[in-house]
This record gives sequence, C-alpha cells and structure tokens, in this order.
Amino acid sequence: MSALVTVEDLHVSFGDVHAVRGIGFTVEPGECVAIVGESGSGKSVTARTLVGLAGPGAQVRAARLELAGRDARRHSERDWRTVRGGFAGLVLQDALGSLDPLRTVGAEIGEVLRVHRKRDTPERLLAEVHVPEPERRARQYPHQLSGGLRQRALIASAIAARPPLLIADEPTTALDVTVQAQILELLAERKSPETALLLISHDLAVVSRLADRVLVMKDGEIVESGPTRELLAGARHPYTKKLVAAATLTRRPPVVPREGVVLRAEGLSKAYGKQTVVEEVGLTIGRGEIVGLVGESGSGKTTVAQLLFGLAEPTAGTVTFEDQPWSNVRERKRRLLRRHLQLISQDPLASFDPRWTVRRVVAEALPPGESPLPLLERVGLDARILDRYPRQLSGGQRQRVAIARALAPRPSLIICDEPVSALDVSVQAQVLDLLADIREADGTALLFISHDLGVVHHLADRLLVMRGGRVVEQGPVDEVFARPAHDYTRALLAAVPTLEVSS
Amino acid sequence: MRAVLRRIGTGLVVLWVAATAAYLALLAAPGSTVDTIVGDGADTPAIRSQIITEWGLDRPAVLQYLDYLWRAAHGDLGRSYLLQRPVSAIVGEQVWPTLKLALSAAVLGILLALVLALTTRRPWARRVSSTAELVVVSTPPFLIGIVLLSIFSFRFGLFPVSGDHGVAALVLPAVTLALPIAGVLTQVLRDGLDRALDEPFTVTARARGLRESAVLVRHALRHALLPAVTLLGWLFGVLLGGAVIIEQVFGRPGLGQVTLTAVNSKDMPVVLAVVVLSALVYVVLNTVADLAYLLVDPRLRRS
Repeated sequence: MSALVTVEDLHVSFGDVHAVRGIGFTVEPGECVAIVGESGSGKSVTARTLVGLAGPGAQVRAARLELAGRDARRHSERDWRTVRGGFAGLVLQDALGSLDPLRTVGAEIGEVLRVHRKRDTPERLLAEVHVPEPERRARQYPHQLSGGLRQRALIASAIAARPPLLIADEPTTALDVTVQAQILELLAERKSPETALLLISHDLAVVSRLADRVLVMKDGEIVESGPTRELLAGARHPYTKKLVAAATLTRRPPVVPREGVVLRAEGLSKAYGKQTVVEEVGLTIGRGEIVGLVGESGSGKTTVAQLLFGLAEPTAGTVTFEDQPWSNVRERKRRLLRRHLQLISQDPLASFDPRWTVRRVVAEALPPGESPLPLLERVGLDARILDRYPRQLSGGQRQRVAIARALAPRPSLIICDEPVSALDVSVQAQVLDLLADIREADGTALLFISHDLGVVHHLADRLLVMRGGRVVEQGPVDEVFARPAHDYTRALLAAVPTLEVSS
Repeated sequence: MRAVLRRIGTGLVVLWVAATAAYLALLAAPGSTVDTIVGDGADTPAIRSQIITEWGLDRPAVLQYLDYLWRAAHGDLGRSYLLQRPVSAIVGEQVWPTLKLALSAAVLGILLALVLALTTRRPWARRVSSTAELVVVSTPPFLIGIVLLSIFSFRFGLFPVSGDHGVAALVLPAVTLALPIAGVLTQVLRDGLDRALDEPFTVTARARGLRESAVLVRHALRHALLPAVTLLGWLFGVLLGGAVIIEQVFGRPGLGQVTLTAVNSKDMPVVLAVVVLSALVYVVLNTVADLAYLLVDPRLRRS
C-alpha cells in the first residue's frame, strides 16, 4: 500500500522568514505520527501546509508533496477544497476559538457534511465521539459546553466526512489533565486501518502514548525521528534529550525548612450569591516553603488565590499574613504589607503595560534610583532586553521579567498562578528551576497553583488537592504521590501523561 | 422578560428627559411666547390678553410644564404658534416623505456597504473602495447632492430636479443620503471581516473544504455585523440631520423642512414635537439594536 502522505524537501517561507527548511516524512495509512517541537519550530505550519492552509503570503516549495498518491504541488483551489475535510480533518487547540462562537455545534458539524455531501447527522457524529445527550448538545453553542465536550465536538466535525487522515494540532493543550487523558483516549480510538493520525505537540509526554513514530522539529528542520520507543530510550540529538528530560521532571532535592509561618488561612469560604465556590479551606505556608495547590478548572483554586491576595473578601474565615490580620481589613492597612506579597500570573503579557519597556516595568517595583539590571541578570536575562517592549519578548523571557518584577520588593511570599502553563515544555523546566533557586537563596515562600501535577511534584514541599471548592487531600508531596488517599487524587495522578519508555 | 421591562422603563426615562430638556430650552429662549404667537398679525393689548388666557400662559411655569407633559403623554403635542393647527397634524403629514427618504437611504446604504465589504477583498479593489469611501464620508452631503443633481438631472435629465412625485424623484436624494452611510458602514464591516478572518475558527472553517465566499458569508460576516449594529443609533442621527439639508437641496417636503421653518420662526411646539419624536425613534432604534445583538450573538443570551 502506498503512503498516505509523502513529503520530500519541503520549504515554507513567509517573506524573509524561513519557517520550514527542507523536511521530509511520510504517513502510512493507519499510522500515528507525531511532530514534536516548541513554538516557532515550524510544526504547525507543516501540518497546515498539508491542507493547503500554510497561511497568507506563504511560499511553499517541495521536491515531493503527495497526498493520497496525487501531486499536491499543482493542486488548484478546488482540489484543495476536496482535500480539506475530505482527505484530512484538522483539529486545532482551544475549541472555544476554533469553533465559530456564533453557530451551534450541530451547524458546524452539518457544514462539513453538506460540503462533502455525506449522509450523516451531527447527532450521530457527536454520539460517536462519546458526547452524552447528542441531540441537546447539537443545538448548543460552543460557549455552553465544557472544554472537553467542545474538543469532542471539534473532533466530530473533523471526522464528519470520514477523512483517511486526522491532523490534531495541540489538541489537548488548554485542557485539564483528566480531560486531556480522555481526549487522548478518543484520538487513540480514532486510529484505525482506515484512519491515520498526525499529532502536533510541544509535549513529548502527551504524544508518546499514541504515536508510532515521532519527528522532532527545531527551527524548521527535523532534527531526529524514529519509532517512539527507540527515540525515547536512545535520544541522540541534544534537543531531543532536552525534551525527554523536560517530560520526565525529576524531583528536586528537599530543602531544610525554616522557622515561622508567613501566611495562615482558616476556614475560608467564598460565595457569590447562592453559589459557594470555596468552602472551609484552611492552609498554612511556612517561611521559605513551596506549597502546591492543585485542582482542575472550576475547583476554586483561583478564588483561593484571590482571597489570599486580598483581591476578594472571604464570606467566612480569616487570613493572617506576616502575623497581621489580612482579610476584612481596610485596604489602607494592607497597603504597607502589600509589597511582601507578590503575584506571578499565567499570562504575564496581560499584566504588563504594553507601552512600557522592560526597564520601566521592573524599575517601577524597585526603590527609586535602583537599577533593574542586577535583578534581570539574576533571572537569566541581560542588558539587551532592557529597552524591549513586552510584545517583543518570547514567552519564557516574559515570564522571567514577571519573576524579576515580583522579586523586586523582596517579598516573603509569591503566589504563582499557573506560571508555566503557557510555556513550551523545555522552557517550563528552566522557569521552574529558577523559582526553586530563588526560594533556596532568599527563603521566599511560594504558593504554586497549577493543574499540572508533574510541575508541582518537581518542586513543591507540600501539596493541597482541591475539588469543588474543598481541599480533598493534603500532605507532603512525596507522601501524596506515593499513597494518594482520595479517589480524586488517584484519578489525577493516573491522568498525568508520562513517558512510558519501558513499555 | 424583566430585561424587556427595564428596557422600556429606561426608554420612557429618555423620552421624559428629552421632552423636559426641550421644554426648558423653550422657556430659556429669548423673546416672549406671546410675541411669537402674535407674529405679524394685529397687535393690541386686548389681543395679547386674549392669547394669554387662551394658551394658559398666566399659569405658574410648573403647572404649564405638568400640563404639557400630561398632554404629551396622551399624544397631544399642542398647537403650532405660527400655523394655528395641531402639531400632530403638521408632523403627521410631513413624516411620511421623510420616512420614505430615510428608509430607502438606509436600505440602499446598508446594501451597498454589504456588497462592497464582501466583494472588495482583493488588495487593489480594496484600495479603490477605501479611497472612494473616504471621499464620500468626508464630503458634505449637500455637495454630493448638488453634484448628483447637476450630472443626472441638469445634464442628462434622468431624474426630476425637485419635488416628491414618483419613485424617480426619490432616487437622487436617497443616493445622496446613502453614500456617507455606505462609506462608514463599509469601513466598519471590512474591519470586522478582517478581524473575524484572523480568528482560529476561520482556519477550521477553511479546513472543512469551504469556499472562500462561504467562509466570508457564513462565518465572518456575522462577526462583522456586531460592531455595525452598534452604529444603528448613529445611522439615525445621520439620516435626520441629512434629511434637513437634503430636503432643502432637492426641494422635497418633509420633517426637515418643517423643523427648519419652525426653528427659524421660533415655533416652539413644533420644535418640541420634532425633538420628542426624534428621541422616540432613537429609543426604539437602540432597543432594536440591543435585540439584534441577541439575535446575532448567542453568547449574550441568558441561560
């Protein structure tokens, strides 16, 4: 049987930017191939080139570009339209943005059926991807569905015309771990002798369970490729090694605890109207301690952060910070202590003034006249970055600037809300290590809020697991990971994607 | 349901404020009401006192105001000082020509904007269209009217120069009013389309094998309509303000003419009626715009 996709010496450039530089690969029928690389590596452009959607102004050259045995280099717009949806279904990340928010899910799926003249119904397709109550869901809009259901609906629309190839570009990136595991399971289920799968991801661990073969991309080139198991066991290229190391975050050596308590919360509850989002949460953060707060979206962890930060007042319970009452006091009283409590958010870009340079962003948090440079050097940046604007920085650089700004007032506690979720896996590890080093050197306590257990396992001393506004389990990280007491913790742990090198 | 009631409530408040503001403006206007009513007619103390009793001008201002509100609430907008006829009759007979003009201009403008925004996607077409839009938007309507008149009426004799007889007489004034509307709407729609086409869902739509035209019409256009709907209230302002001038240029009857005469001769009951009527149309249009939002964007619907 001939290959479904054959690519040889493919180049894609946008003006002067050479995004893909001479790569070649094949996808056989029924095979699952993964392209792994970080943002800007050219992996998404490669995937989109296969459906003729490389983007506006893209120049595509290739020695061979064959789809189902036909030379796609000479495809007319009309030929491409039969390829799209008919030969390859495309699933993008974040179904909230990838489904038209003004149309019902059923209309979106129905559109594919109409374009490719298939006799099927959106309801049947939704049932096929295990969406409960398909009749009701088909009439709903994307914003009315949960993240997992949305992604399922998007997959249903991609497979509606029964294409022999399903391309999934970061299909689980915005999802909770347990939901991610379900979507990966669904994708695995789609793989059949009739359907090949092309997965695009920055996370080796996510694709390693599914992929037969992995292509590692960096700067537009395939630096290493091979069967998944061989590649994981014997990575040769330094970049692949880095990816494998990032996906198998090992635990950092424990740190001797210091004396004293920085922050104490007792019986915290928060209700908005009749809806209670946080119930009876108690926690203490010791001086220089790293506490992980884990839960999925809607578990109330962000509300807890707001309560601790003093952005919202608890309906019941108290917060004490640096031995001073912190909740339900006047902001004027809090202001003196504010500088000792800092925040690092998931998306630092939104927390920077876009018209301020890095110099100004950091200097604002420092005493007047003090240079921001030593702090920036401490977080691994140099003077070249001082006069850049936030938009001109990479995700990792932005997060380092955010960390520098948080460190500037010498805080005793930094609340980190999903600080690495938006970063590439290889950058994640660096940022996490930076945070851990800061704790060791300065004795700054960290409250680390994350949906990613692997990240928390890497550096936290203690762990709290939240669900439905309550803390369902807490204890030292090693203990919770070794002997999870609550069913939910066990489910979370089971859902964490890991590299299965030995299997 | 509660949202609808609240909507109607705020609409009533707007109407009341408009009526009151207009009434205060009337009070503050220089010259006495009696002088206006007397006008060029016979002027004796006896006639003056007769006018005062007849129009109830000797009552306290607050009472006159309440009386005015009470009547207005019942649809009685008073009598014209100048023409000595009920205002509602004057406005009533002049409303239709203006409405005809405004509606045809609005429909023409919106259609033109939709067609232009959707068809001028290629770079060169886009440049030509944007330039033309800028020109019509920045040219005063009366100038457009005069230019159109001199070309199509005086030179080619295709349309009548003035009056309101038949469809032919409506064409040039409607086009004159429609052009600036089309200019602004096209720009808003094009910008909305551009933004919608940048969203990931258009990649998904294209990846389904949809034609470019289908991506535009079925997906992007609805998103582009949202900011355009916001302009509905503005559209009305342009139409009303434009109508006053256009009716003058084309010698058409209508509310514009009535308003102009009333303002010039300080015929305040008529001015008041026009202000209240404008406020009413404005409130209705904005309610329609809010409902249109719900129709276009399901995310705004509750539950």
